[in-house]
Amino acid sequence: MQANLRVSRYDPEAPEPSARMQDYQIEVPEHFTVLDALIQVREEEDPSLAMRCSCRASICGSCAMRVNGQARLACKTRLSAVAAEGEPVTIEPMGNQRVVKDLVVDLGLFWNKIRAVEPYLQPAGDEPEEEYIASDESMQNLITPMGCIMCGACVSDCTALEVDENFLGPAALAKAYRFVADPRDGASHERLQTLNEYGGVWDCTRCYMCVEVCPVGVAPMDRIMELRDSVMNEVGVTTPGARHVESFARSVARSGWLDETMLAVDSWGRFNIPKLLSQAPLGLRVLVRGKLPLPWPFHHKRAGAEFVGRIFKRWESRKQ
Amino acid sequence: MADHDVLVVGAGLAGMRAAIAAHRAGANVAMMSKVHPVRSHSNAAQGGINAAMRGAEDSVDSHVYDTVKGSDYLGDQDAIEFMCAEAPQEIINLEHMGVIFNRDEEGRLGTRAFGGASYARTFFVADITGQAILHVMYEQILKAGVRSYEEWFVTDLIVEDGECRGVVAIEMLTGKLHQVTAKAVVLASGGVGRAFEPSTNALICTGDGIALAYRAGATLLDMEMVQYHPTTLAGNGILLSEAARGEGAYLLNSKGERFMDGYAPNMRELASRDVVSRAEATEIEEGRGVDGCVFLDVRHLGAEAIRTKLKYIYEAALDYAGIDMITEPVPIRPGQHYIMGGVKTDPQTRTWDPDGAWSGPRGLFAAGEVACVSVHGGNRLGANSLLETVVFGKVAGEMATAHAKEQPDTPVSGAHLADAEARIKALFGRPDNGERTAKLRLDMGNAMNEHLAVFRDEDGMQSALGTVHGLQERYTELPVVHKGGVYNTDLIFHLELGYMLDCAETICEGGLLRKESRGAHYRRDMTERDDTAWLKHTMANVGEDGRPVMGSLPVTVTKWEPQKRVY
Repeated sequence: MQANLRVSRYDPEAPEPSARMQDYQIEVPEHFTVLDALIQVREEEDPSLAMRCSCRASICGSCAMRVNGQARLACKTRLSAVAAEGEPVTIEPMGNQRVVKDLVVDLGLFWNKIRAVEPYLQPAGDEPEEEYIASDESMQNLITPMGCIMCGACVSDCTALEVDENFLGPAALAKAYRFVADPRDGASHERLQTLNEYGGVWDCTRCYMCVEVCPVGVAPMDRIMELRDSVMNEVGVTTPGARHVESFARSVARSGWLDETMLAVDSWGRFNIPKLLSQAPLGLRVLVRGKLPLPWPFHHKRAGAEFVGRIFKRWESRKQ
Repeated sequence: MADHDVLVVGAGLAGMRAAIAAHRAGANVAMMSKVHPVRSHSNAAQGGINAAMRGAEDSVDSHVYDTVKGSDYLGDQDAIEFMCAEAPQEIINLEHMGVIFNRDEEGRLGTRAFGGASYARTFFVADITGQAILHVMYEQILKAGVRSYEEWFVTDLIVEDGECRGVVAIEMLTGKLHQVTAKAVVLASGGVGRAFEPSTNALICTGDGIALAYRAGATLLDMEMVQYHPTTLAGNGILLSEAARGEGAYLLNSKGERFMDGYAPNMRELASRDVVSRAEATEIEEGRGVDGCVFLDVRHLGAEAIRTKLKYIYEAALDYAGIDMITEPVPIRPGQHYIMGGVKTDPQTRTWDPDGAWSGPRGLFAAGEVACVSVHGGNRLGANSLLETVVFGKVAGEMATAHAKEQPDTPVSGAHLADAEARIKALFGRPDNGERTAKLRLDMGNAMNEHLAVFRDEDGMQSALGTVHGLQERYTELPVVHKGGVYNTDLIFHLELGYMLDCAETICEGGLLRKESRGAHYRRDMTERDDTAWLKHTMANVGEDGRPVMGSLPVTVTKWEPQKRVY
């Protein structure tokens, strides 16, 4: 079949470096992946094309790049899955990271974030003579985050990182989960305290991009949500994010639906007068347009609220 | 002053284990790799790592015997005894570092069955064992703060006065050449699978360390011993782990027969890899295959076991062949996978022999697939490769540290750097004669895969050697088309091809020299093992004319005398 590749090129050694798109039309077998096609271009058309790749089997994590706007492993993406015959396939370097040349990005930011979560086992006390005793279930639970191949796809497409470089990001947080949930680790409490700070678990916007682009099913956002639970249980409800979760649940448990006004008030803190005052102009604008839902105690119960309440009670009793 | 006490070239499992051992022994150690450490090919080891430490009946002796038998009696038994004895402690070390091994019901480490093994002694993490250990090893590197030169490509080993004192390397992100000096160098740069096409190996497995050592005067051993893995996926040749057979998978021919009954009545699918690969090739040749393949069938294991214990290969078959293993058998065939041969070392990982039976620069150590200790002999058992990397990686780190501490600080001449710069400049200056690196590499890979595969003979190996010589000739005028400095892979691939051609030449020469069939080296024109003439290693050293000078070394036998090998 014919492949039309539209590849982002950037040569830092050009007299005036700037990114441009270059088209390649090549004839390839039906089963080709995006990586196979790029290798063919590099070997037969243009040896100056720079990209990283090695295993061709989605295990080394070298070849993450954006295919038609979304981060993917080139070796795991069949051409026929992203474009009908003859349709162009756009191939660009990963996002949120500095481009070095063509499809090669500087992974310095990625690794700095991994380093920031102290990514190594910190056992409590002395090592046992033999192995640590741990349930198979607890180890199986770690296989999913351990399956992370550090390709950077989630960091590339993370919408929170895009606006705030301080965010630890999905890969580092999934890595952090791997230690917090490891029964052999003795530093979980300290880890959770750090993750409760600015840049940690509460900065995720729950956009699901990392879950969608992860090529090996780590689902970083789900790991972040598990970390949030652990933070609330172990460290407490000390951040707007945690209070947001708590207010949300309290409101739904009581009335069967969300009290949006109190959600904002609770999240910032009921006695956080300066912050609440700073939100007053927004509140007034919403009020003027008739879109301010009435807060507690005017927030009425929905029909069937007691059933919703019972679900919460049952959940609470099961947790204990 | 030397930049480092110890420099480790390669940052897969052997390299990182060496770096951690050197760090713990108090050395100023650094690693250098042409890729980031977690991209290393150790990732691809799926099935597990062997150690005899579970079950009342298993023993280190049994593990040694299985390994010796698996090697077709070509492995050096002192080295094998050492490796198997160290295995249990090394598994515990890995567990303490954080590896999340599969557990049994009591929460202790659990095992699975594997090929060529008398007992279930393979410890594992689903079917991503290599990746799970590699990433944990890198965690330990970060914890220790070991300096890591990432994406640095080594062009030369620096040898002065018979002593290895560092490397010259290209920093790929800038294209600049650097000289990095050290009092001891550990090679841990992996094998040379890409000299074959196809291969299960990653594109980075180009024999750099093997060729660098060979050019620096080190001895290569048993290069003809090339493993073909029995279960590589039809089409792109991707590996489907032996874990599948360890968990109970069948091999079927076109008639739906479990054909291994006829070749290895006791061990069947779990016979050693050379035996299974030959059986498959025979079935295919005799017309009981389909499109050059036989089938791997796991359907009877059930969807749950397939999705959890064989998760990666389940997904690989789905992604790369569009086959759902829960409902269909997968077409597979033997494919190049591993090289048992490599840089000759003693069990202390030294590449030189104080007694002079073989040669190599002092201060150069080697561990992992790049090396040949020899623990695998004519055929490696599954799950012994990860074991080799960690056991001998650790030894290499410790020995290199001890060696470095004895060395005075000798200044190194800048001539090596200037030489390398001049050579690369000359490459850039070559006129474009229309030849391309990729074309030469493919011609080499095809020839090697045709004539040095599961079945071999004199004419075929001569023909492959002729092809390699012809390619070496063309290589002297092969241009580098792209002239840039930053991330110039055209230059890197050119240099890698040079390394692979050196390795390919010694593989052919070793095969031609060994006039018998043993392990993976099966000659149709000499089908019997010949213990009288050939219970020995083949040896290659670079001659003055650049061609290999061949020789042989005795095999170390401690207590397992060669017997007929039946599975």
